[in-house]
Amino acid sequence: MDFISILSIFVLACFVGYYVVWSVTPALHTPLMAVTNAISSVIIVGALIAAAAADVPGAKWLGLLGIVLASVNIFGGFAVTARMLAMYKKKEKK
Amino acid sequence: MLSLLAAAPVAQAVAHGPVNPWVALAYLGSGVFFILALRGLSSPATSRTGNRFGMIGMLIAVVTTLVTHLPIKVSCPPPGSRFGCSEYLTPMTDWASLGEILIAIAIGAIIGITIARRIAMTAMPELVAAFHSLVGLAAVLVGWAAYLNPGAFGLLTDAFMLSGTEVSPGATDYVKTQVISPVSKVEMGLGIAIGAITFSGSVIAFAKLSGRMSGSPILLPARHIINLGTLAAIIVLTALFAMAGPAETMPLIVALTVLAFLIGFLLIIPIGGADMPVVVSMLNSYSGWAAAAMGFTLGNTAMIITGALVGSSGAILSYIMCRAMNRSFISVIAGGFGADDSGGASGEAREQRPYKQGSAADAAFMLEQAEKVIIIPGYGMAVAQAQHALREMADVLEEKGVEVKYAIHPVAGRMPGHMNVLLAEAQVPYENVFELEDINSEFAQADVAFIIGANDVVNPAAKTDKSSPIYGMPVFDVDKAKQVFFIKRSMGGVGYAGVDNDVFYMDQTMMLLSDAKKMVEEIVKALD
Repeated sequence: MDFISILSIFVLACFVGYYVVWSVTPALHTPLMAVTNAISSVIIVGALIAAAAADVPGAKWLGLLGIVLASVNIFGGFAVTARMLAMYKKKEKK
Repeated sequence: MLSLLAAAPVAQAVAHGPVNPWVALAYLGSGVFFILALRGLSSPATSRTGNRFGMIGMLIAVVTTLVTHLPIKVSCPPPGSRFGCSEYLTPMTDWASLGEILIAIAIGAIIGITIARRIAMTAMPELVAAFHSLVGLAAVLVGWAAYLNPGAFGLLTDAFMLSGTEVSPGATDYVKTQVISPVSKVEMGLGIAIGAITFSGSVIAFAKLSGRMSGSPILLPARHIINLGTLAAIIVLTALFAMAGPAETMPLIVALTVLAFLIGFLLIIPIGGADMPVVVSMLNSYSGWAAAAMGFTLGNTAMIITGALVGSSGAILSYIMCRAMNRSFISVIAGGFGADDSGGASGEAREQRPYKQGSAADAAFMLEQAEKVIIIPGYGMAVAQAQHALREMADVLEEKGVEVKYAIHPVAGRMPGHMNVLLAEAQVPYENVFELEDINSEFAQADVAFIIGANDVVNPAAKTDKSSPIYGMPVFDVDKAKQVFFIKRSMGGVGYAGVDNDVFYMDQTMMLLSDAKKMVEEIVKALD
């Protein structure tokens, strides 16, 4: 993809982010931070590419370490978000 | 410098090879799922589905990458063969390498899930800071991997370099070679720099939040000049790195990485504990920009969309936190808040003013008579682990026909929305929990404002006293309530901002001086 297409996606996504995040209820701001943490670990994509290429050993090991770190974040982030969200309960009807 | 010029690429082809449309589509889908994940958080009812969307998005991104970059083993021909490695044999899937990747994922998964299950909700801010540091470090590693093996990332472009041999007087020969384009190098440098700042900054934030390091600001002399100088050096290094020829880049990228780690550290040490909610949100934003920068390097839609979402999310949360404390973002970043505990309004010469003290039985009696009670919890409640007892008290009161609401200030916890999570953990129904601007007008109709573990967020000095460090901060109008109960360990302690509170001395205020949990438990007992 050329730079301008990538930049276009980026700029539009910033606007989407702006409106979507303002619509998040303040009560869920902590889960929001936890889940954004998890999804920003999509950086694992880069680590996977590095680890899959065998030709440069240094890059491969950096990639594998990157995978471990990003996985901690992905699994930990989604799990802790799920744990928090499970706590938000409606009033029990008596 | 001469060699740097000589090696500079003079012409180059388009970066990023042809992309399989299905792959691009998959990454786009993954990005859309991430948008839906955040969208789900607009209400607790849809949030769990949203979280699942996030997981699906991540699964798509990981599987797509693994399928398109399946590790490949190429057997090389015996030396002297006329074939190169790549054309000798059909590449075979390298199962061992795939195994290593899966093991790495499994290790991360075990660590991550264990932490997520065990962590106490009060420790959520430090967990989030720790997680941010991992994203930052991962970004640095990916940036370095891309630098060391640009071919695997599709970053190589054809370039014609001056070979340095003169073919005829005044004309130098060109050789065709493959280099990383300057644009890619800028993106790579930015990704590494932002990642490194996120990492070291988050490590400091983690240390401060978890009490491993004092929350008080560490102020270096001339720190603004040092910080600005370091930032300028990082920008210059990025530019030099982008322009340098392949042979000269290594020292530049090493220096860039080291300086970025350093600046992250320097930026956060002068920021005091009270401002940590802003810092955590800000680092959240940085981790997003780091992911976006790597997304630019790889031309990956999922990473760019996610980076933009996370980046704006963190920025908005920082803004909300700053607004809730009436502090400008610049003044938070400049640091030093909460540095001088000795001077100013906190005053050693605080005069002794008369106040009324009550017992649990008094409080219980009046709570029973009330029609409407608004509870204002602060972080002190969580420290005293009083939230479960508090919910029990609210349950008893509701059974007796009293309307109970909770009023949450944006800075009630130690990160955005932290108090809501703590109350949710104590099984307080979220419909009873209200934000500052939604409930502040209701204090006039409230019979009791029940303040537990909060202080600065009810201090009227924020509205009236221009010299107060918390002046301009939005606060609850508890003085409008008929009765105010203030649970506090003693009259000595003051809030985070270190200022006296007129609410203690109002006619309608009854001070309940005790440990928060013990006091609430006694009230519950007295209510029965």
